[in-house]
Amino acid sequence: MTSGENSREQRPEPDSLRTVLREGLAAGWPVCLGYLPIGLALGVLGGNAGLDPLRIGLMSLLVFAGSAQFIAVAMLAAAASPPAIVATVFVVNLRHLLMSSALAVQLRGSGRAFLALFAYGVTDESFAVNSVRFRDGGWDRWRALVVNQSANAVWIAATVAGAILGGLVPTGAFGIDYALIAMFICLLVFQLRSRLHVVTALLAGVLSVAWSLWVPGDSYIVVAACAAATAGFFLQRRRRRS
Amino acid sequence: MSLEAYLLLLLAMGLVTYLPRWLPLQLLANRRLPAWLEEWLGLIPVALLSALLAPALFTAGRPRSLELGRPEFWVAVPTLLFAVRTRSLGGTVMVGMGLFWLAQHLLV
Repeated sequence: MTSGENSREQRPEPDSLRTVLREGLAAGWPVCLGYLPIGLALGVLGGNAGLDPLRIGLMSLLVFAGSAQFIAVAMLAAAASPPAIVATVFVVNLRHLLMSSALAVQLRGSGRAFLALFAYGVTDESFAVNSVRFRDGGWDRWRALVVNQSANAVWIAATVAGAILGGLVPTGAFGIDYALIAMFICLLVFQLRSRLHVVTALLAGVLSVAWSLWVPGDSYIVVAACAAATAGFFLQRRRRRS
Repeated sequence: MSLEAYLLLLLAMGLVTYLPRWLPLQLLANRRLPAWLEEWLGLIPVALLSALLAPALFTAGRPRSLELGRPEFWVAVPTLLFAVRTRSLGGTVMVGMGLFWLAQHLLV
């Protein structure tokens, strides 16, 4: 990630589609790799819950939300009511409100149609990759869209494959279950650009662990991130005043 | 559940997934934001990354319980050092996977 210095703005020629695709995939492949085992696992679970590959694929296409899909499949298997499933999916995915807000700053000047398309692919993982790349420079919305949509394609394929293969899917091969954790570790390192960022990250880490132990569900993500960012914000203010 | 009913359910699920992703982009992307909000939003990515990661390293199960010393955590230490030294995303992912694979085979 040394691309911060040679900024793309000075290039006279717009990048070719091939360059955009190549650079988008070069940044996004860890997400795709990480989605493989998770998507396969979801497909297997869906198959066990009585969903055929078509239904699994349709869900991945129309919903595209990893953790919410796992919960939805479990609820379908338990014959939960549709309103309860929809309400749960809504709550689980509220964290993306925060991610899209942070990404909006980077997507200035985009048209309504682009934003509508881009929104479809905002996930924890694509957000992590894109927010880091935008800050480091040399990144634009088209490369970001490649990250979103390649992850989406792999997700759909992996979930369908899981539903077809069922019990034949091997688990835990080559440490692939660790791909996304390793990716998050590295992207977090890229974000630690000042003492303020380190403090904010530590706060968010401690708060998220504590909150996740006290409150079941996924609310720890939003609660810890908002609290830590707010604390970091006031720390910065105070330091500037003194 | 019939395919029609299932599709209807998926559409509703898709809608409540899509709206939180779309609304902030639509409302904020082409608006001049106050400086304090931009400053606050600038700290959101690092806070979110850490909040997504930490419970995966230090907790397990449903409901979650604190589990210090999981292989996920032990592997994270050299993986983090590797990321700091090399600043290579691809290399870090590969090293993390390899170490985790080793840890699973050695520690079980």
